[in-house]
Amino acid sequence: MQEFLEISLDLLRGFGVTCQIFAATLLFALPLGLVLAFGSMSRFKPLKYVVKVFVWIIRGTPLMLQILVIYYGPALLFGWGFLERVVAVIVAFVINYACYFSEIYRGGIESISKGQYEAGQVLGMTRAQIFFRVVLLQVIKRIVPPMSNEIITLVKDTSLARIIVVEEILKIAYDYTITGLIWPLFYTAVYYLVFVGVLTLLFGFLEKKLNYFRV
Amino acid sequence: MAFLEVQNFRKRFGDNEVLKGISFSLEKGEVLAIIGSSGGGKTTLLRCLNFLETPDEGTLSVGGEVLFDAAEKRAYTDAQIREKRLHFGLVFQQFNLFPQYTVYKNIALAQTLLAKRALRQKKEDLRAVCRIADKAERRRLKAESKDILTMLREEREQRIAARTEELLARVGLSEKRDAYPFELSGGQQQRVAIARALALEPDILCFDEPTSALDPELTGEVLKVIKGLKSSDSTMVVVTHEMGFARSVADRVLFIADGVIEEEGTPEEVFDDPKSEKTRAFLRKSLEDVFA
Ligand SMILES: Nc1ncnc2c1ncn2[C@@H]1O[C@H](COP(=O)(O)OP(=O)(O)OP(=O)(O)O)[C@@H](O)[C@H]1O
Ligand SMILES: [Mg+2]
Repeated sequence: MQEFLEISLDLLRGFGVTCQIFAATLLFALPLGLVLAFGSMSRFKPLKYVVKVFVWIIRGTPLMLQILVIYYGPALLFGWGFLERVVAVIVAFVINYACYFSEIYRGGIESISKGQYEAGQVLGMTRAQIFFRVVLLQVIKRIVPPMSNEIITLVKDTSLARIIVVEEILKIAYDYTITGLIWPLFYTAVYYLVFVGVLTLLFGFLEKKLNYFRV
Repeated sequence: MAFLEVQNFRKRFGDNEVLKGISFSLEKGEVLAIIGSSGGGKTTLLRCLNFLETPDEGTLSVGGEVLFDAAEKRAYTDAQIREKRLHFGLVFQQFNLFPQYTVYKNIALAQTLLAKRALRQKKEDLRAVCRIADKAERRRLKAESKDILTMLREEREQRIAARTEELLARVGLSEKRDAYPFELSGGQQQRVAIARALALEPDILCFDEPTSALDPELTGEVLKVIKGLKSSDSTMVVVTHEMGFARSVADRVLFIADGVIEEEGTPEEVFDDPKSEKTRAFLRKSLEDVFA
């Protein structure tokens, strides 16, 4: 019992790191994704293609590889120092998820019919008014389902941080197996399940909130 | 000079010349019906009037004021275009209501946004006055301008509310004021769209086949609303496939085929005694469609 409590707390500490990566990624990747989405829809062709190629590279390579590049790259290529491990992981996650989010945003924005913009235009609205007053909420409604998928994937992707020895929950559990203790590894599932369960409820609530209209 | 003057509108998309020199004029309070076969350029013409497309050639004036002249060759700023657009309203074939807002908000939104912008302007003006006043004065002026702004805001809000209610009544949807667009029939949605387009009191209201997306049994209620507007002296340009409606409501009729005006005149002239062979063929065809 004593052991169970101790290990639970130890795992909880790792889970804190997991949550830290999760929260920081959302905090930065959600707005950065929007910037990338606008870039990929820009009428300025060079910008559009640079963003598109960037998104292609990030979505086309494993996140694990990206973490390694961010952590070791600056030191190996330019002889700079290493980033703090957690910071390197967060930077890699932010870049990676911003690219995925940008595609979701883009899909959402492009799914809004031209007629909505034109209706706003003929009523004398400014571009900003059309975006914020007319289009945005419709986009949000459209992207909540794919976003919730992506965000739930993020919860589990945090375990990749282990690759550069960040002490997240799975890393801690894995270290126990080296001492011959297997069960903590499977026990981590409980933490993930609870977290994902809470998120699922949250997104369900949000979807319901936006159910008062149809697009 | 007539109230609305369109001269020599030309518009091409790539190699496809869609408008090949369209000129017409319309007096205040008149209703113009535009008929013509598919792809003839009717929608493009309305879009040019509403500054959704820019004609390659031609001029446009309303009430003697030149709103557009292709020969000027200068690009207007967004703000200028918004200003010019307000002379026109447009009712779309597909309604294009804002789905997240109630009927009431759909109609009131544009007015609210314009009022907000006007208030912000006023606020800046008042602040400028405060800035040049001396210290003792300044305090008094600040309090005063706050009162003025509150008063203005309330007055505007009341005016918008009154106008919106009036428009709701005019299209017969007062009891649907708190419904969302998806809860309405197509005919009701289109009536909301008409009220929304009227909210900013455009000089000229354009309709692009307002009943084409509707089930036949719902077209009547929309046409009735448009007829009602005629008696209140609105100037309107209506693109329509409803020949009976065009005949009974329009003061003048344009028949457009392949980007040119084939025929124009009073409904009697166009429908009973068409000069051009194309018009005759078109009218015969639309009669057949009705009885098919
Ligand atoms: N944005 C655009 N880009 C390219 N071609 C266009 C565009 N808009 C319209 N066209 C072309 O212009 C022509 C006229 O179109 P328009 O929609 O004005 O016709 P219409 O008279 O309204 O037809 P309908 O009765 O079917 O509504 C068509 O050949 C159409 O394909
Ligand atoms: Mg059309």
